[in-house]
Amino acid sequence: MPIAHKDVTWIEEPEFGFWEATFLPAIAAGLRTTIDHITLNRPVTQQYPEVKPELPQHYRGVHRLNRDEQGRVKCVACMLCATACPANCIAIEAAPAPPEWPDRDKFPATFVLDELRCIYCGMCEEACPVDAIELTHIYDLTAHSRKEMLFDREKLLEVYEETKNNPKDPVRTGRGTLGPASEFGALPAVGPATAVESKDRAAKTESPGVIGKAPPDRYE
Amino acid sequence: MNELIQTLVTIGVVFGAVLGICAYLVLLERKVSARMQDRVGPNRVGPWGLLQPLADGIKLVLKEDPTPVHVDVLLYRIAPMISVFTTLLAFAVVPFGPVGQAPWFMRFIIAPNIDIGIVFVFAITSLAVYGVILGGWASNNKYSALGSLRASAQVVSYEIPLGMSVLGVALLAGSINLEQIMLQQAEGGFWKWNFWYQPLACLVFFTSALAESNRMPFDLPECEQELVGGYHTEYGGFRFAMFFLGEYVHVVTVSFLVSILFFGGWNLPWIATPESAYAGAWLAKIGVLLAKVGAIIVFIMLIRWTIPRFRFDQLMGLAWKVLIPLSLANVVIVMTVLQFGWDRWWLLPASIGLFLMAGLMGVNAKRAEIRRRPRASRPAAWTT
Repeated sequence: MPIAHKDVTWIEEPEFGFWEATFLPAIAAGLRTTIDHITLNRPVTQQYPEVKPELPQHYRGVHRLNRDEQGRVKCVACMLCATACPANCIAIEAAPAPPEWPDRDKFPATFVLDELRCIYCGMCEEACPVDAIELTHIYDLTAHSRKEMLFDREKLLEVYEETKNNPKDPVRTGRGTLGPASEFGALPAVGPATAVESKDRAAKTESPGVIGKAPPDRYE
Repeated sequence: MNELIQTLVTIGVVFGAVLGICAYLVLLERKVSARMQDRVGPNRVGPWGLLQPLADGIKLVLKEDPTPVHVDVLLYRIAPMISVFTTLLAFAVVPFGPVGQAPWFMRFIIAPNIDIGIVFVFAITSLAVYGVILGGWASNNKYSALGSLRASAQVVSYEIPLGMSVLGVALLAGSINLEQIMLQQAEGGFWKWNFWYQPLACLVFFTSALAESNRMPFDLPECEQELVGGYHTEYGGFRFAMFFLGEYVHVVTVSFLVSILFFGGWNLPWIATPESAYAGAWLAKIGVLLAKVGAIIVFIMLIRWTIPRFRFDQLMGLAWKVLIPLSLANVVIVMTVLQFGWDRWWLLPASIGLFLMAGLMGVNAKRAEIRRRPRASRPAAWTT
């Protein structure tokens, strides 16, 4: 569709006057801007090593693996983070959980996260059903070799110990308990994102937005 | 014997002072740039970064000195030396204090009583462009070659208004000896400064001098955005530092020339006049001259952050269509006034009139250009 004529604003080149031709007023105005900046001196510089940046709450830095309140690794080796990861930087080897851990089937025998490969998108954090993996505010990550940047389970748990008391990095769910995502049966029903008409399949379910019947005993 | 001591001491003082000043000019320039851009600038080495020039110097001297395999080795090595040598040599005839009143062990000019003073300065400083041209050519690199081509065209063009604008001053003083020109203004007092008789020449001289020393807004030979680094793309370490030094020495020389030719040298009412006979008056006079030079250098730095770089055709247009005719007309006016023995104060309104006339011609030319400019046809219905 062509643009309506009334929507077009024609801009004329400003009239070129005598003083513009002499350049001097323009130069004087420019000098004034320069001198203003130099005399006012309001630097925006952050003196980095002395002054640390105030990062936003949602900053995504180095990962950590959370522990529950019994000190066990929270991860249940469900592979959702590794599946969600667009950079394919997470490698998990699952092992059957020890019998004294009745609330889960599996736990990660190894959990290796390549911090160099990671693009810090935070999708693993979003995907994790038990809030085990989280991104912290640590941004100054250095190492002497690429190998050191492969963070294994113990190292990720160390990051947790390091950051768990930082107010910027709250453990985002209740400590020690599995997150709400893990309690699938008790999950509050979410309304559908699009308008639902009465003939839609979603409208006929018991709780709107949930297709099919959730087996009540899946996580018990 | 005394002569020899004087000469050696003076050379030593000038050399050391100029190099030291240049080192700190780099710091000043970085600080001014930083403040202009709302940054802090160097502040890591010493308080307020005051030891930064030292650190830079050490770094540049200790740096590896690579010579690329594809260059013309002899010219590549000579070019930066020419650049520094010529600009430093020009200082030989520039008086930096009240020449007659120096203490016994030194003079305030390295080579006194050179009657061709200004011509010597112009001749030597325009040789500095050989450093640029040879450096760019020897680098065997397209960017460098383009930079040096621009430099040659630019410097040759701006030589003309540079010399022509000083002609008026030389006519007024009846001499081209820099000591004489300075002395005449200084003894005449504030109202005898050449600036009052030659404001237009001062403007033209300052503009051309900026172009001569490749400073913003005329730094086309080394503009980073188009030419990587221009003529010194292939240079590193101390050889690059020599080019850099040459440029800064040039800026200092130019500032000295502006303050000596147009702003009365060491003269300042009440503080440094020919009559002032208090102890250390010569020191005060040097201080006044250096303060003027410093002010001009700071002004050059401010100009750098005020005016964007010219396009090359604009650069050439400014030299050939504006500055050269203006300085020619100015010389004619000075000659007329002197020939008919009119009062010198007529030169002030004449200069201003000339400037206004140039402005009028400029606005007419620009309007004509706008009229001739091809433009999109605009339907009558589109008027809002």
